[in-house]
Amino acid sequence: MAAEGSGIDPMHQFLVEPVLGHKLVMHGYDISFTNSALFMTITAAVLWIFMLGGMQRKLVPGRWQAAVEGMTGFVANMMDTNIGPKGKAFTPYVFSLFMFILFANLIGLVPLGIVPGWHPFTVTSHISVTAILAFVSFSIVLIVGFAKHGFHFFSLFVPHGTPVVMIPLIFVIELASFMVRPFSLGLRLFVAMTAGHILLDVFASFVVQGFNAGGVLGIPVGLLSFIMIIGISALELLVSAIQAYVFALLTSLYLNDAINLH
Amino acid sequence: MDLASARVIGAGLAAIGVGMAALGVGNVFGSFLEGALRNPGAADGQQGRLFIGFAAAELLGLIAFVIAILILFVVK
Repeated sequence: MAAEGSGIDPMHQFLVEPVLGHKLVMHGYDISFTNSALFMTITAAVLWIFMLGGMQRKLVPGRWQAAVEGMTGFVANMMDTNIGPKGKAFTPYVFSLFMFILFANLIGLVPLGIVPGWHPFTVTSHISVTAILAFVSFSIVLIVGFAKHGFHFFSLFVPHGTPVVMIPLIFVIELASFMVRPFSLGLRLFVAMTAGHILLDVFASFVVQGFNAGGVLGIPVGLLSFIMIIGISALELLVSAIQAYVFALLTSLYLNDAINLH
Repeated sequence: MDLASARVIGAGLAAIGVGMAALGVGNVFGSFLEGALRNPGAADGQQGRLFIGFAAAELLGLIAFVIAILILFVVK
């Protein structure tokens, strides 16, 4: 992918392009089925199969059911410690969010590039996807907050025991930190995935170019980069899981603010 | 100095911010481990707070990375 020509082009992997090769334009809008849409579909299908295979209600769970129950138990436990009993209603949403991000991150790391002409696409490395996920979370927080507490929701921006003199300043600061939340939530996931894939691509092209150059200098560089890329791949697996967890965790914390108001 | 070289220098300077975030993230996990070794019983209950601290520290480094990307690819 990246080693075409002599230069390294680590941004090529993030290109959204139509799967079938030609664009499908309808009424002036580009509605072609892109690789982004394809990998979102794959993610949803894999997630669907994973869940369907595990939801068996056996008294003694098999391996698959234990895996699914581990996931649901993990998210349910997180919601319980962060929100309390009222958080139970939001567990399905946070669970879907967590699993979709986790699977999208992991599927983006599958080495599809060894098949000529294919290359994997990480759905979560595009801010258009992560920002929508973050905005959905933020909208749920706003809707729940205003539906539960009405205009009393604004007391979120004035912590208990604030001196009267400080209230205008604290209100502005808290409001700014509240409004930045959806952007930081979406940006964190997007940048973490993008940075990781750029790093992988750069080292992968070092391997290719090092071995192609050969000689006393090329072979060691290629070998070292290859060892490095194994380590970075392991790190990326960890980052995939951590970023999915952080997204779900922060969503649950923001929901806690809306439900329990400090 | 022409714009092209200034841009590359700026992106390199922005990368310092990413390194600073590494200090922050290391500090978060280091302090957690220090506390967890003193009182292992309380460690599991604080894992959520650990990752909140990690996320906050990491975000600033990621923003530095975004600035570097913006300087390199967006600013004309």
